[in-house]
Amino acid sequence: MTKNLRVKTSKLIDETYKISFKFNGKTYYGYKGDTLASALLANDVHLVGRSFKYHRPRGIMTAGSEEPNAIVQLHNNTSRTEPNVRATEIEIYEGLIASSQNCWPSVNFDIGGINNFLSPLLPAGFYYKTFMWPSSFWKKYEYFIRKSAGLGKSPTKPDPDIYEHKYMHCDVLVIGAGISGIMAAKAAAKNGFKTLLLEEKSYLGGSTIYQNSEHFKINNQISSSWLEKEINEIKKIKNLEIKIRTSVAAFHGYNFLLARENLTDHLPLDQRKNKTRQKLLKIRAKKVITATGSLERPLIFDNNDRPGILLSSAINKYANLFGVACGEKIILFTNNDSAYETAINLNQKGVKVAAIIDNREEVDSKLIKDTEKNNMKVYKGYTIVDTSGYRRINSISIMQLSKDGQKVIGTKKTIVCDCLGISGGWTPAVHLFTQSGGKLKFRDEDQVFIPNIYPSDQISIGACNGDFTLNEILSTINNKLKEFLNIKETDYKNLDVQSSYNKSKRNIWLLPSDKAIGKTKSFVDYQNDATAKDIKLALREGFRSIEHVKRYTTTGMGTDQGKLGNMHALGIISETSDSKMGELGTTTFRPPYTPLTFGTIVGRNVGEYFDIFRKTPIHDWHIKNKAEFENVGQWKRAWFYPKDGENMYDAVQRESKAARDSAGILDASTLGKIDIQGTDASEFLNRVYTNAWSKLAVGKCRYGLMLNEDGMVYDDGVTTRLDENHYIMTTTTGGAATVLGKLEDYLQTEWPELDVYLTSVTDHYATVSVCGPNSKKIVSQVIPDLDFSDENFPHMSFKNAKIGKIKCRVMRISFTGEHSYEINIQANYGKSVWEKCMEAGKEFNITPYGTETMHLLRAEKGFIIVGQDTDATMTPIDLQMDWIVSKKKYDFIGKRSLYRSDTIKEDRKQLVGLLTENPDEVLEEGAQIVADIKKSPVEMLGHVTSSYYSPNLKKSIALGVVRGGKNMLGQKLIIPMENKQINVTVADPVFLDKENKRLNA
Amino acid sequence: MFIINCPYCGEREQSEFKAGGEAHIVRPKQPTELSDDQWAEYLFMRKNIKGVQFERWVHVHGCRKWFNVVRDTSNDMIKAVYKMGEKPPSI
Repeated sequence: MTKNLRVKTSKLIDETYKISFKFNGKTYYGYKGDTLASALLANDVHLVGRSFKYHRPRGIMTAGSEEPNAIVQLHNNTSRTEPNVRATEIEIYEGLIASSQNCWPSVNFDIGGINNFLSPLLPAGFYYKTFMWPSSFWKKYEYFIRKSAGLGKSPTKPDPDIYEHKYMHCDVLVIGAGISGIMAAKAAAKNGFKTLLLEEKSYLGGSTIYQNSEHFKINNQISSSWLEKEINEIKKIKNLEIKIRTSVAAFHGYNFLLARENLTDHLPLDQRKNKTRQKLLKIRAKKVITATGSLERPLIFDNNDRPGILLSSAINKYANLFGVACGEKIILFTNNDSAYETAINLNQKGVKVAAIIDNREEVDSKLIKDTEKNNMKVYKGYTIVDTSGYRRINSISIMQLSKDGQKVIGTKKTIVCDCLGISGGWTPAVHLFTQSGGKLKFRDEDQVFIPNIYPSDQISIGACNGDFTLNEILSTINNKLKEFLNIKETDYKNLDVQSSYNKSKRNIWLLPSDKAIGKTKSFVDYQNDATAKDIKLALREGFRSIEHVKRYTTTGMGTDQGKLGNMHALGIISETSDSKMGELGTTTFRPPYTPLTFGTIVGRNVGEYFDIFRKTPIHDWHIKNKAEFENVGQWKRAWFYPKDGENMYDAVQRESKAARDSAGILDASTLGKIDIQGTDASEFLNRVYTNAWSKLAVGKCRYGLMLNEDGMVYDDGVTTRLDENHYIMTTTTGGAATVLGKLEDYLQTEWPELDVYLTSVTDHYATVSVCGPNSKKIVSQVIPDLDFSDENFPHMSFKNAKIGKIKCRVMRISFTGEHSYEINIQANYGKSVWEKCMEAGKEFNITPYGTETMHLLRAEKGFIIVGQDTDATMTPIDLQMDWIVSKKKYDFIGKRSLYRSDTIKEDRKQLVGLLTENPDEVLEEGAQIVADIKKSPVEMLGHVTSSYYSPNLKKSIALGVVRGGKNMLGQKLIIPMENKQINVTVADPVFLDKENKRLNA
Repeated sequence: MFIINCPYCGEREQSEFKAGGEAHIVRPKQPTELSDDQWAEYLFMRKNIKGVQFERWVHVHGCRKWFNVVRDTSNDMIKAVYKMGEKPPSI
């Protein structure tokens, strides 16, 4: 039976609503309103995890999102399992199951704890230094290092929950609903601004809402009561939207912010069904008010990481807000007045404060006097030099500080305790401000970075701006809001504030010890186990830049991004290297402020919506006929149609043979189609293609090659002259959008004088391509009114026609080398035309073929595929396509580059055909080509770009690019493979029907 | 993500636009008369300024018009937008 450490009831906790949960296999009870951390503390459980490197026992340290230690695994062994959840943030619900991470077999007895005793052998950079050699051993090391590294376990099944994205727009966004945020939101909303107030916690009011002491009053009311009235008022304002459990993850330029709204994580499991779990809010705000408050700093001394050591402010919050005592004999250790607030509050609730250790000498403070009046012993000018207790702190040792704070003097005294609260002052939470591009300045008097230059219409107010005390906040907020929002008045003129807080502070980054620095473990980054010693070592080894020290020691690189210890790391660097804090700067704060789930990031873009795809109008037919699909750009294209359990190879062989022997049919709808009109259309084509267009007769088609200005092949396709000033251009499937973009660019920026209009009509037409010796017989049945005779309708020409009442365009063009027709028809009729062709082709065994067969057929003919046989380094000359480059035209895109000193080199890689010595051996695409295997190093001449077994030629064929290949016809080359080498001969890239007889057959 | 004031459509999210590199690089009228070095200057050499830079942008998911933007590349602040062919503002 564990102890129950509940103190007086609190507003947040509903003691009538008991909740049971499991932690490390044991059942505990908490109340509605508890976080996992507060419920565990109420059960006197401090030890919740093991540290990352030394496996030291660690306890709950904070009460917020900055928690470095208490990170747990939720929902073990389910698809909902989630690692690295901060126990201080997750609200308990009936059925919660959580466990510690990074320990085995258990958090109480962890084998890895041996690392703690080996720690002298594990300095910063240990892994870099140790596992360098021999390099062949790395694979062995890696297995063990990976096994011992890492924190939680990620789920292995898909996430079953629902996530959403939502766009939001507002006039004023207020981040943080502490006292400053509440006041700002009220002022903005009451002055008519559409206002959004976001708070990461489940309640409004920040730390003021549990400030019940007589020492802090506003207008003569205790500050929490005053604020509660304000909160009740703002809840009624219509143009103010308040979102709790919503954490701003990123603050980008132009006031664009991302926030994560948590909707169901606090609900009992049975109430979450069919509800959105988390929402990613994409917020565009005209003005942003950042009121993110501040984080209490720890103090850095020997063994400052034991379970039972918490931030003083966290102890205060657990007592006041959650009604939980963190111990029965609490000691506080401080360098400022904050710990006395905790002391007074604990005393009020009957929790024993055994002692307060204060770095400072005598300070005139009402809070201290009140503390002493209540018989709490204060040690002034003292520091802690050590703590003891393995799984829970049980005592501290203190010594007096020298005047300069550099040494300890006098004798050591030990005090027994079960909990220690530490307070090193406050660090403004400037993370979001700096993410937005804001520049900080360093305030020497209390050693803090505060906002200085704002990059957008925004302001930081309250503690995140370095105004830590109630007096400072309330005396400045009225004018700040008036000026920023450009409003006449707020409700906060002439507030009467009473505060006993004295601002004095004695800042010592690394507290002195009676031991040598090498003998102490003073943790700066708790999550990554980086100590002050590690930082000093990094400096000794020559690291100077704060960014380098960070990476070498891993300070600030955990899931908490070092929210607690980064300032101390900077301080220690500054002191050791004798440089100024302001000049050192800070490390970069990167989004997200707190970790996001992958679910939130992707939202609804999962499964088939992950990357949307385009379907042709004939897609359903392909599915019905069991096509396998391939992704081409965003399109799903039929790849091949396996029959009766065929594999891909067999299907492609069958389809390829059928297309040449009788008839094949291909869905070519995905090819890009650009409609070009205007009196300068011909001139325009002259300028964008390498060949000449002016003399192309109406009704004729021509193949064109398009270059980039650097002379490299960019796209290709057939363009048809529909009328005097009207063309239709086809592009590659993947290149359609960029080709249109490029043509528009030239028209608008270089040649605005040309009268040309471009329209993308890719989606408007379906294209059915019928090829093979029997293609004419088939299409003439589908379009009986059209004269298909060679005289009327020769190769490379086009006809307007009708199928029934429906207009269509028929082109006699070929990418396979076969006699072939393409029927272009309004997209809605695509499937019916396809089916008509299938019906008419039945007697000819018309065979649907996919992209793979198309690729094979065109390779037999030596036709290139832009992007497969070319990359962005191939000119038309490299492709042995000199014939398509006009010598007569004065200019076209890329022309000048074709005779740059580099592009005219003879030994550029050039496209050639490759035939294997053994005609049954098929090369691997991408395989390297060499001439001399014995030469060292082996010189790579090029690589194979396309390779197939041709069922029509009954041999293996391939295309490849080879350095100087143009002049190597007949030469023998070698393709070295893993276990063999393949001998090939350089050949003409046209393997089949060099005379083009089949086109006109 | 910044906001760009398209001279044809007004203010829109950056995601609707595509950047097109440095502005006011005119394609030579007579490329064939240029030396390799002169052509390379046009083809490859860009200033890539840290600071105020004149750039081309296109409203690719909108009106598809090209225009010019004056942007401070160090903080993404846009100083001006103007149509193709218009005189650049003095900044």
